[in-house]
Amino acid sequence: MRIFAFIHLLVSIPHGYSNYVETKAGQFFSSGHTNNWAVLVCTSRFWFNYRHVANTLSVYRSVKRLGIPDSHIVLMLADDMACNYRNPKPATVFSHKNMELNVYGDDVEVDYRGYEVTVENFLRVLTGRLPPSTPRSKRLLSDDRSNILIYLTGHGGNGFLKFQDSEEISNMELADAFEQMWQKRRYNELLFIIDTCQGASMYERFYSPNLMALASSQVGEDSLSHQPDLAIGVHLMDKYTFYLLEFLEEVHPASQANMNDLFKVCPQSQCVSTPGHRTDLFQRDPGSVLITDFFGSVRKVEITKDTINLTSPVDRKKYITGFLCCQTNL
Amino acid sequence: MHFIRQVTTAHSSIITERSNVSSMIKQRCLLPLLSGRSGSCRLCETFTPAPAKDQFQEELVIRPLHSGDIYASFQFRTLWDTDFLQEGQKKVSHYRLFPKSLGQVLSKFSVQELHISFTQGFWRTMQWGQPFIPSPPGAELWVWFHHTVSDVDGNWKELTNVLSGIFCASLNFIDMTNTVQPSASFKPLGLGNATDHRFLRYATLPREIVCTENLTPWKKLLPCGSKAGLAVLMKSEKLFHSSFHSQAVHIRPICQDEQCTSKAWELRQTLNVVFDHYTSGQGKKEWSLFKMFSRTLTEACPLASSSKVYVDITDNPELSPATPLLSQAVVLGDRRTYSVYDLTRAETFGQLRSFNLLLRWKGDNMLRPLLHAERYVAGFGLQTGEIHTVIYNNHPYRAFPVLLMDSVPWYLQLYIHTLTVTSKSRDNKPSYIHYQPAKDRHRPHLLEMLIQLPPHSMTEVTVQFERALLKWTEYTPDPNHGFYVGSSVISALVPSMVAMSTNFTQDQPLFSSFVPVKEESSYFVRVYTEPLLVNLPTPDFSMPYNVICLTCTVVAVGYGSFYNLLTRTFQVDEPSPPLAKRLANFIRRIRGVPLLA
Repeated sequence: MRIFAFIHLLVSIPHGYSNYVETKAGQFFSSGHTNNWAVLVCTSRFWFNYRHVANTLSVYRSVKRLGIPDSHIVLMLADDMACNYRNPKPATVFSHKNMELNVYGDDVEVDYRGYEVTVENFLRVLTGRLPPSTPRSKRLLSDDRSNILIYLTGHGGNGFLKFQDSEEISNMELADAFEQMWQKRRYNELLFIIDTCQGASMYERFYSPNLMALASSQVGEDSLSHQPDLAIGVHLMDKYTFYLLEFLEEVHPASQANMNDLFKVCPQSQCVSTPGHRTDLFQRDPGSVLITDFFGSVRKVEITKDTINLTSPVDRKKYITGFLCCQTNL
Repeated sequence: MHFIRQVTTAHSSIITERSNVSSMIKQRCLLPLLSGRSGSCRLCETFTPAPAKDQFQEELVIRPLHSGDIYASFQFRTLWDTDFLQEGQKKVSHYRLFPKSLGQVLSKFSVQELHISFTQGFWRTMQWGQPFIPSPPGAELWVWFHHTVSDVDGNWKELTNVLSGIFCASLNFIDMTNTVQPSASFKPLGLGNATDHRFLRYATLPREIVCTENLTPWKKLLPCGSKAGLAVLMKSEKLFHSSFHSQAVHIRPICQDEQCTSKAWELRQTLNVVFDHYTSGQGKKEWSLFKMFSRTLTEACPLASSSKVYVDITDNPELSPATPLLSQAVVLGDRRTYSVYDLTRAETFGQLRSFNLLLRWKGDNMLRPLLHAERYVAGFGLQTGEIHTVIYNNHPYRAFPVLLMDSVPWYLQLYIHTLTVTSKSRDNKPSYIHYQPAKDRHRPHLLEMLIQLPPHSMTEVTVQFERALLKWTEYTPDPNHGFYVGSSVISALVPSMVAMSTNFTQDQPLFSSFVPVKEESSYFVRVYTEPLLVNLPTPDFSMPYNVICLTCTVVAVGYGSFYNLLTRTFQVDEPSPPLAKRLANFIRRIRGVPLLA
């Protein structure tokens, strides 16, 4: 009898164990994405637009800190501020006049710079229609399980965003580009943040599913810059992104902060303009969406019970023993 | 007994075959004998070649300049013992010290030689002397392709795109409108067929900025990265706060020994920086490693076979910590003495386990550079102009020829019939001219001339040009900044005051072995002039908007009022009566009585 119970226990332990594995796997895939991408664009040229580059670099810094690697970030900076001849501290871009945080850092990879930042290149990156000789670091190689963060900053108006003082992208073009991305299954969920004057007009025309958008100001309002630095001589950062950076500095890869906290960043008392957001196209409840779903990169591991056929017999043996060992150690 | 007999037979065989047998085989034959291995030495049948191994060397040269600035030159050299350009060679898939990204680029595009440099600032030859590795401002790329390549232009286009991804630079702007095929300059610096210039491509981007985003991937190509060895000193905040900063990658095939029995790929990564006396040096001729780089050295790269710091002490500066190691080298036509610090030895780092060099000097002497050049645009207005290139030969009694190469974009239309070359106010006819005219929107002008420079003279080359009007879409977003014209390149074999050494030794310091020395009496020098900034006639881009506003206003006001005048009729309209009157009229209508007014 006892032996029977013991055998029953032995049989149920692996069964209970596989249940545990499946619930863990279920938790892993609750958000539905397996990889993260970020497209960060600064569209302004000239030294007095230093703050737009600082905006983009601070989001780049946060996103890298929370885990997204350089190979999954497409960073577009329309002008060079760090090594600009007018910069009294070369190779640095500061976010605050106390000069504590150098958002440029020592390990930065800019994919599109200078004259390459154009409306055409931006739309080509989003839709994936790039010439065949484009290197990997300049492509957005997302799939239908990717969560993408898109951040735009620069000078904008009602329904358009200015690129490099010579061309514009309209909100309809952007909405169509996102629809192309949806039809080509290039994203799972997309978070769109824009920090320009009248930014809310840019997300008015979106019509594709699974899009969430945030803007720093409503239509008819201007987004203001934070504070100037008298040594460098220009405004260092915009108010909305400054408080966004402050918020993101508190976030760490295991943080449970969700989108509702992000919507509260920079209320009108701090920002003077009213930040807006749009969640009607998004399927999940914003309260259940973690910040790290878009800003971080949680590496998800897929557990498989099938054996994989490798070419070299020596490697195969090592892989299978390693595989079995890792399964039991779960 | 047996052993001694074998030695004497070997010795006699060496004497008889001295003229035929190479020294290398001699050495290899003696080795197995001395180690007691059996086997006949004369044929060396049982001799097995050493296994292929990579080698990495790093070196830093510090040269105090007479103006108070200090010049630091890093060189990292990786030797890759493989030769995949030969037929029947297996595709390489194992990389040890050589970076994989570059190795794949070399094999995919069949590159024989690749030289790419990114420079911020301009090298001031008159104040600083000649650099070890010259480079023009901006980005410069020149490549020799292997003679088996059928479509060189296609390979070039793809290569520039791939390199733009590797180095985070906008090298994809290199296309046929700024690429040239020099016919005489830029001969290969390694092994290679130097006659067919169809396989050479050269392009520069003078506008290209260099910043940390270019330094980061460059550092990642090093075997130790920026974690150990000399690369620890490379902090961007100090490196870019300098008068001159240049980082380059040079790849070429070289012989590993004097008889060229085995070849290897050599990758040299060089970084030249000149720190300014006033902005970084606080006005004192006193420098230390910590002052220059805000870091000190703590260890050599463990993968390096040699890791050395050379300090130029020819002008007797004060140097601490002292070192007994001295080395003399003839470089750039001058015999210089160097103090050598070997970082692979633990005693270099002292008790504090950190090596910080302190250098102080007072001297004002500098060897006057024998060749230097300037270039500027003369003229006024936005229609025509004149390019002047001035080349100075400061040698007191020797004349020597220089090869001048000019690559001018198509929108500066050169009038070659106005080309004049004058030395000492007399016409100086070049002995070789190669000119390829530009084709609008297809290729730039290429002008190459071999000019003999008389001793102690100034030679001026002038050519007039006309500025083209570009199409609206061809202007950059900031056209009022101007358009850049790349630097002229002047290559020459300058006669040397001191005999140069032509011996091939693997143990030469890297800075003196970059350019192969073919003869003792002269050394190779390449001088780059300034790039030019030229304003093209720029339209007013707000004009279409203004025209639309004005036209619409005129049409609305003028035509609109005219139309109204012709077609508008006036009708007298009764105002609507007050409520009481309306009520009264209503009652009257019911009664059938005439209405009120």
